[in-house]
Amino acid sequence: MNILKFFTAGSVDDGKSTLIGRLLYDTDSILADQLEALQSSNRKNDDGSIDLAILTDGLRAEREQGITIDVAYKYFQTEKRKFIIADTPGHIQYTRNMVTGASTANLAIILVDARNGVVEQTIRHSYLVSLLGIKHVVVCINKMDMVNYSEDVYSSIINKYKDLAKQLKLADVNYIPVSALKGDNIVQNSVNMDWYKGESLLHFLEKVDTDNLDKSQLARMPVQWVIRPQTDELHDYRGYAGRVLSGTFKVNDNVTIIPSGATSTIKRIEFFDQFPDAAHAGQSVTIHLNGDVDISRGDTIVNASALTQDTKLIEADLCWMDGRALDTSITYLIQHNSKTTKCKVSEILHKVDINTLEKHDADEFKLNDIGRVIIKTADTLAFDLYDDNRANGSAILVDSRTNLTVGALMFRAAM
Amino acid sequence: MSEYNFDYLDELEAEAIHILREVAGQFEKPALLFSGGKDSITLVRLAEKAFRPGKFPFPLVHIDTGHNFQETIDYRDQMVERIGERLIVGSVQDSINDGKVVEQTGKNASRNSLQTITLLDTIAKYEFDACIGGARRDEEKARAKERIFSVRDEFGQWDPKRQRPELWNIYNGRIHKGENVRIFPISNWTELDVWNYIRREKIELPSIYFSHKRDVITRNGQLMAASPFLNMDNEDIVFNKQVRFRTVGDMSCTAAVESEAVLIDDIISEISASKISERGARLDDKVSEAAMEDRKKGGYF
Ligand SMILES: Nc1nc2c(ncn2[C@@H]2O[C@H](COP(=O)(O)OP(=O)(O)O)[C@@H](O)[C@H]2O)c(=O)[nH]1
Repeated sequence: MNILKFFTAGSVDDGKSTLIGRLLYDTDSILADQLEALQSSNRKNDDGSIDLAILTDGLRAEREQGITIDVAYKYFQTEKRKFIIADTPGHIQYTRNMVTGASTANLAIILVDARNGVVEQTIRHSYLVSLLGIKHVVVCINKMDMVNYSEDVYSSIINKYKDLAKQLKLADVNYIPVSALKGDNIVQNSVNMDWYKGESLLHFLEKVDTDNLDKSQLARMPVQWVIRPQTDELHDYRGYAGRVLSGTFKVNDNVTIIPSGATSTIKRIEFFDQFPDAAHAGQSVTIHLNGDVDISRGDTIVNASALTQDTKLIEADLCWMDGRALDTSITYLIQHNSKTTKCKVSEILHKVDINTLEKHDADEFKLNDIGRVIIKTADTLAFDLYDDNRANGSAILVDSRTNLTVGALMFRAAM
Repeated sequence: MSEYNFDYLDELEAEAIHILREVAGQFEKPALLFSGGKDSITLVRLAEKAFRPGKFPFPLVHIDTGHNFQETIDYRDQMVERIGERLIVGSVQDSINDGKVVEQTGKNASRNSLQTITLLDTIAKYEFDACIGGARRDEEKARAKERIFSVRDEFGQWDPKRQRPELWNIYNGRIHKGENVRIFPISNWTELDVWNYIRREKIELPSIYFSHKRDVITRNGQLMAASPFLNMDNEDIVFNKQVRFRTVGDMSCTAAVESEAVLIDDIISEISASKISERGARLDDKVSEAAMEDRKKGGYF
């Protein structure tokens, strides 16, 4: 069994909360006491059935406003897989929340209201999916019950979406006609749409391939912590602790340390009480190197035959996440894996109108703005381009005056 | 690339270890809040995996309400002995004696809400800048939106409106003086995941998690352990039942469930089939749907 992380995008009232509630409900992931709270709640559907949407909105203020405004994580599990849902708000003023939810997801569910088809929000959500490099997309055409489960309606929507997918270069796009409210094609195949020959949403989610989600073979491990017991019996012990971001390290591999450029070979790989021959992407391990190398937190161990980019000038896509606008004259902190260094956003190349996908010149960057910038860093970062290696091609900007995370960066080119 | 087996528990484990090492790397004076419950016991195992053969870069901190199950305290002391790490105990009784908090009265009196003050005082006394806790997002709706690195102001308050975006696996732990960060390495685990991990790792637990005979009374429709910490009167009828506990809170507010589960396997099948979530077994959460949110804002986890 493995884990699939996905996020859901849709405009207000497309039925996102109902869809998630339905997935949880139909997979028996709602516990009795939660169900009791649901049933006693005074929010009901028009026909008196329980409103599944309540399951997914959390905080009181949001309950009062009746909308989801922050990323909420939900969990469910079937025999085949564990699922982590990032439930994100769809409105443009919460673009940063959607970017946040999407950053850890491997799959995106895009909801389209069958009555409205592809609308401005659909374009925006799909753009974010392509920006964040999400591999799999499922477009759920929802509220099919309100269009008489019509195949024609469905077909004309997906034809329209296919143009958009092409424009955005989305790789793997799948389409499912559903009714979140009635349950059609969510867990069970719908009896109302026998013209649809594909799988239900849940079955699709259970078998979509997660193996090569981060298919980068580039071996990278940022050092988070140096283990030095300094006891008599472990006097010379020096273990470099970190999580392998991508690729595989094997004992005896030649490695280079970035940024110093020092080289060494792997003496031993350690994981608690085990000494495996190799450490793979995703694993948290401790690596021992031969010889005397000086390594501390913030350094990255990489395979000597595939070095990272070597530059302090980086072209990147930026999503601005703070109420205070970007200031190109001040110094920010950039956090890339275990490394933090100073940086400046030295130039704004363009901003993207995420509703129309048009690029235009800009000299200011405000909350939820997205565009291309040039970053100048104080120290060299051991980075890859986002498209080559998502895990090592991303970073955050921190404002040292407030300590807030103000920007999300995806590296697009080394300059 | 060679084949390797990396299942969902391995992935959750690797993520948690990564988070613990980020705490070590980013903070000056972190601490691990140890309650004696299965979640914090799991954290201790994860810390062993993150830092051995070195020492933990943080002490364990236990906020002792004085109303704990004796089994929990015994377990705590034996565990600390085994792992050879430092334990700091913050005592709610001391806070009461010092007049910092006032003991509740009445039938439903509990020290659960008092521990917030003792915790905040302990954090201030030792100047902890990060406190690692075993909370999970599946426990409660308000928690579903909490970050893995969750900043608290100097009054210990959590502001759900001002959470930092948390992207990829990059955690921003920068804070101003006086603030501190709560860290939740097992945010993405469910109750079942924790049990499956405990089984896989063969982790020992306090005996109250397993079925045993105990004197109980019925309070607000739930079974409570009969103890001097519970304000009992003549109307309370004590009887003996085969029970276990699903969480190890205070004796005064942790309900027992009837159970025959003596092995971890039994517990896992019980939970898989069960229809009451873990928090349902805590009296104080029943008070209102927004109870948890209010307590969080006030500084309790
Ligand atoms: N008829 C019909 N109504 C739906 C469907 N899905 C959601 N709704 C209704 O649409 C409204 C908005 O749904 P909700 O899940 O709250 O939307 P969200 O804002 O995207 O989370 C609610 O009244 C739902 O009951 C569907 O498949 N069919």
